[in-house]
Amino acid sequence: MSAALVSPKSFVSEERPTWCPGCGDYGVLQALQRAAAQLGLQPHEIAVVSGIGCSGKISSYFNAYGLHVLHGRSLPCAIGVKMANPNLTVIAAGGDGDGFGIGGNHFLNAIRRNINITYIVMDNQVYGLTKGQTSPTSAHGFKSTTSPAGSAENPMHPLRLALANGAGFIAQGFSAERSQLVDLMVRAIQHKGFSLLNTISPCVTFNKVNTYDWYRERLHNLDEDGSHNPADRASAFAKVMEHGDLVRGLVYAEEGPSYDEFIPGYTGGSMADMVKRADAALVDKLMAEYR
Amino acid sequence: MRTELVWKVGGQQGEGIDSTGIVFLNACHSLGYYTFGYRHFMSRIKGGHTNYQVRVATRPVYAVGDQTDILIAFDQESIDYNFWELPAGAFVIADGFGAKLPEERGVTLAEVPLTKIASDLGNSLMKNMVAMGATCELTGLPVEPFEMFIERQFGRKGQEVVKANLEALDAGRKYVRERWGHQAHFKLVDSGMKPDGRLVIEGDYAAGMGALTAGCRFLAAYPITPASMIMEYLAVHFPKVGGVVIQAEDEIAALCMAIGANWAGARAMTSTSGPGFSLMQEAIGLSGLTETPVVIVDVQRAGPATGLPTKHEQGDLNEIIYGSHGDIPRIVIAPGTIEECFYAMAEAFNLADKHQCPVIVAMDLYLGMSRGTANEFDVSRVRVDRGALLSGPDALAKVRGQFERFADTPSGISPRVLPGTPGFIHLTTGDEHTWNGRITEDTKIRKAIMDKRLRKIDEVDYPGLSVRGDVPADLVLVGFGATTGSLWEAADRLNAGGTRTAVVQLTRLWPFPAEELTAALDGAGSVLVVESNATGQLAHLIRSRIGGDLLPTLLKYDGDPIRPGEVEMRAKEVIADVSGARIA
Repeated sequence: MSAALVSPKSFVSEERPTWCPGCGDYGVLQALQRAAAQLGLQPHEIAVVSGIGCSGKISSYFNAYGLHVLHGRSLPCAIGVKMANPNLTVIAAGGDGDGFGIGGNHFLNAIRRNINITYIVMDNQVYGLTKGQTSPTSAHGFKSTTSPAGSAENPMHPLRLALANGAGFIAQGFSAERSQLVDLMVRAIQHKGFSLLNTISPCVTFNKVNTYDWYRERLHNLDEDGSHNPADRASAFAKVMEHGDLVRGLVYAEEGPSYDEFIPGYTGGSMADMVKRADAALVDKLMAEYR
Repeated sequence: MRTELVWKVGGQQGEGIDSTGIVFLNACHSLGYYTFGYRHFMSRIKGGHTNYQVRVATRPVYAVGDQTDILIAFDQESIDYNFWELPAGAFVIADGFGAKLPEERGVTLAEVPLTKIASDLGNSLMKNMVAMGATCELTGLPVEPFEMFIERQFGRKGQEVVKANLEALDAGRKYVRERWGHQAHFKLVDSGMKPDGRLVIEGDYAAGMGALTAGCRFLAAYPITPASMIMEYLAVHFPKVGGVVIQAEDEIAALCMAIGANWAGARAMTSTSGPGFSLMQEAIGLSGLTETPVVIVDVQRAGPATGLPTKHEQGDLNEIIYGSHGDIPRIVIAPGTIEECFYAMAEAFNLADKHQCPVIVAMDLYLGMSRGTANEFDVSRVRVDRGALLSGPDALAKVRGQFERFADTPSGISPRVLPGTPGFIHLTTGDEHTWNGRITEDTKIRKAIMDKRLRKIDEVDYPGLSVRGDVPADLVLVGFGATTGSLWEAADRLNAGGTRTAVVQLTRLWPFPAEELTAALDGAGSVLVVESNATGQLAHLIRSRIGGDLLPTLLKYDGDPIRPGEVEMRAKEVIADVSGARIA
């Protein structure tokens, strides 16, 4: 098949989103559709692997091969997909609870493994689909059905964690700042290795604290901050801390060798094409060790 | 002259006990004998008693020996720990002087200063070679294979080292000859065979080789005894064929990675043991619901929790058959010999591809870590069948425009198209879904698609059981996994004693081969179910699938494998209609 011309519409699936009106996830979905078109990707060249929660439904609404998995497990599933078929552009997606709570261990290890996938987190600092409980990024003191007296826990800082753990691409977008978000998505997908795009994606139903306006007033645009150097990890860390993580734009980017470059014998081709019975000569050689 | 010998070396972990056992086992293999080696070890790096038992025989052996004829003991603990299995006439070669036998039972204590002889020759590590020399003298085994081993192993370290080791070997022989040589206790008949067409290999390595042969190119796993050897095997050999091993952060990730890789078209697997298998339960359901093939090996060890991490058990059976919430189709197969590990692994991938569901290969520590003689693997017996996987322009053209990933079919099996294929975009979701993969909560579709999934395993082309001996029989012994070897041997003895005994080895545990088993047990005088767990998980499974009373059992759950003699003893009780006794 010759490559058809693509537009954002090419990535609109037949299924209509069931997100609440005003949900930040609409903006993330639309930005991803624009970014994919801008990159000239065909829908069948993309695999969106999503977790569980409102955000996890993005694989239903984005027209591409979709794998909608278990709560917290989008990253390991996406890693398997990418290693088996590196020709696919693999995007893992989920929410803050999915990625930083139940899937937190995978997040830390996906960073250090540096496999060429893009991880888009829709962070709204609350559990939405289960109707408004405290999340790993909820502020200390956040009141919810599971923390009526206010959350006793300190929030997780995904940007700082990613910086500290050595991620090669770290950015934070805001679902209401569409063109910046599209630009960050394009760069995240183009980045060779693991890329984290944490996206502020407000929940209009269950988070009455961290609203669009609340973020608008606070988010510092790093892309327009002349004093920010995204090639310097230490100063990026300081910048994120200075603004209490309320930043948008590119936090840090530096390309290094990705995982597959360290795997001896890795072909870079699809493993589906390798499924055949091993040559008798090879097995004979393997058996020789035990004769 | 004897046709069989059981030899054991014991000492502190970290002083080369395993490698000594393997050197002895390999030498006996090269002399044309059949072998079976079992490793007893503890969950620590150094220290603690460890031993390696090697059975050598002129006929195939698939189980640990009931008794040990020669014990090489590097310390008193090795004598104390293993004394119970030394019969009258056995020989203990104790290192140095001052060792004590716990009781007078006709066991010979042969004090040989193994370490001192080795030190005098330049290196105390050569004590193992002194022990080999002593063994040769007691058994009449030729020293050539040991000399060849020394040349091969130490040749690159220079002739000095080779010479010293040869001297150590010789010194061991001399020492024993001068003191006990006239007794000639354990002369083995010449095997009369060459090792041609045979291997000596561990079950885990055979399984790894089977996976590689069947086109598996991806393994994600978390290190765990006794399954790590599969991972380590493929980490070494996958690079030759473009395969990848990922050491996952946990077993949840490991199985999810394998599922992702299978979804993208690879043949992918994970290997684990009980604790890891427990962590995988949710993702087993994901494979089942999304109809994504995956192969999981559970090399069982003694649970629950961390349990006895280095000891044998078959206590995961319930979890293997029933684990994960909700209802899914799954296939469980269980190799019983080292050789079967190779073929079962290879076929597991065909079953997974064909039925698009999780396939669990139930192994156990006794099978995975035991090293023994196996016939060379026949590659031509391995076939690769990807089932209803549509690829290539012709196959795709037929369904283009009307493709439904989870289409309702008479067999329940829906054709699969891999991601990356133009024109077949679909969603695969762990939520309940429609025929084309869209999330739904429609009650009618839910019921219909659940039925479709479950009927995928109505017919599974994998043998349900293997029967050795004629049925109906006076006694039928039933078991699975590595227990099989002990059952075969017990049956041989019972048959020799006049009890017509057959062995039913369950090779497929799910879907359960109820009809075949019912037929095999029909008319049996007695039945004995033998398994390594405390609650009779197999016996309960059998009752739930074929009805009737709970069958008599031999249950062992002390961490050691079931020995042939234990089966024989319990069988005699059952025949005499004595039931309820347990060995533990």
